[in-house]
Amino acid sequence: MESFSLILAIVVVTALAFDFTNGFHDTANAMATTISTGAMRPKVAVAMSAVLNLVGAFLSVEVANTISKGLVDEAGIRPEVIFAALVGAILWNLLTWLVGLPSSSSHALMGGLIGATIASAGVGAVHGDVLVTKVLIPAIAAPLVAGVAAMLATRLTYSLGRKADGKASEKGYRAGQIASAGLVSLAHGTNDAQKTMGVITLALVAGGAVAPDSDPPMWVILSAGIAIALGTYLGGWRIIRTMGKGLTDLQPQQGFAAQTSAATVILASSHLGFSLSTTHSVSGAVMGAGLGRKGGVVRWSTATRMFVAWGLTLPAAALVAALAEYVTGFGDWGTAVVAVFLVVSSAAIWKISRREVVDHTNVNDTDDAEPAGVVTTAMAAVTPPPAGGTAADVPPIPAQATAERTPSTTTTV
Amino acid sequence: MKIDWAALGSVFGVSLVVTVALVALFTLGITGLSRRERAVAEGGSAGLAVTGAYACFAACAAAVGYGIYLIVA
Repeated sequence: MESFSLILAIVVVTALAFDFTNGFHDTANAMATTISTGAMRPKVAVAMSAVLNLVGAFLSVEVANTISKGLVDEAGIRPEVIFAALVGAILWNLLTWLVGLPSSSSHALMGGLIGATIASAGVGAVHGDVLVTKVLIPAIAAPLVAGVAAMLATRLTYSLGRKADGKASEKGYRAGQIASAGLVSLAHGTNDAQKTMGVITLALVAGGAVAPDSDPPMWVILSAGIAIALGTYLGGWRIIRTMGKGLTDLQPQQGFAAQTSAATVILASSHLGFSLSTTHSVSGAVMGAGLGRKGGVVRWSTATRMFVAWGLTLPAAALVAALAEYVTGFGDWGTAVVAVFLVVSSAAIWKISRREVVDHTNVNDTDDAEPAGVVTTAMAAVTPPPAGGTAADVPPIPAQATAERTPSTTTTV
Repeated sequence: MKIDWAALGSVFGVSLVVTVALVALFTLGITGLSRRERAVAEGGSAGLAVTGAYACFAACAAAVGYGIYLIVA
């Protein structure tokens, strides 16, 4: 710990800020289906997810140890490069949150690292093959795998569960959704909180504060865990709305099938050596569940916007990071300019978001989320009228009760 | 560049089988419980269905436990 310089402190703070955005950006992955089907009340859901993220952060440091060594050459990385990378990743996360699109925080971080590295050390320092195998192929594979699994599972649960009705099935599907959402939260904590730990550790190594190849120090683990949990608890309600209500209308059976599929894909992929993005898996699973129900409709306009965002994530974060890296190259005042730019644009995005607030009170309210297109109108024609029956045990929240389109399980075939 | 198709294939296969199996088990469990609900409402009992239901839920709980083990390990 001989030199804990100012730039290092800035990097650590920025990394924690990224961790925070990662948390609220990805709450939707674990909790969107649970919230939209009424299995849990919004606030309770995000609180549970936050706690599990925090717990997950302490479970292992394996991911943290791999991130620094995979994508870019560790040698020659300066703290400024990591700072620039984080600026790109944070801004992309905030921007996609503003428009309510789920996108992979990991891709944003990788894009940022790649862009900043290219600007600093040239194209040669990026491992192109790693880019294809770790980023491009998983991005295509994840929604397909999770989607197909969720679609088949949805079909199956509807046909097997024809005779299941009443309180027992209501409670059952609720419990199932909560369990699978909990697993996703826990897995997210171990994965994504650790990515930040990895980045902070990388910065500490680059700044000479800790020896190369060392595990993240305890204060890094603690602060990263807390940052992601706080972000999760804040809740990215805009993205939750898109994922839980925007892509398709989910009934409890579908929510259960989707979340189970997502949890399985995430765990299977990370342990069979082909890591898939949580965001992509969950989005794919939700769409698969939408297709699996008779009369279920996926809103492809929303899905297309989401796919575009996925495609842009890496290059956009890379571009911002490369620019940021270029500016920090001018010396201390350049770094200061970038820092001010980050704070000002974050504040601006937050300010814009206040024009139309989305929070736990109106997260399930989709009426103004998308202009009625052909698909949406056709959807409305086949959707049963509001019944609000699934949340029988839960005292109805006004906004939720009016938006609750989910018919009780007895009316589904 | 080496793309690990075998790993991707096994992720696909395992995810598909596990998801479908878990959802099927869970749905059977729910069906069993809701049969008991009906039986109780009609004054009868449905011992076999309930036993089966709890067996299904136990299997699902085991799967969740294994999932947590995978996360921790």
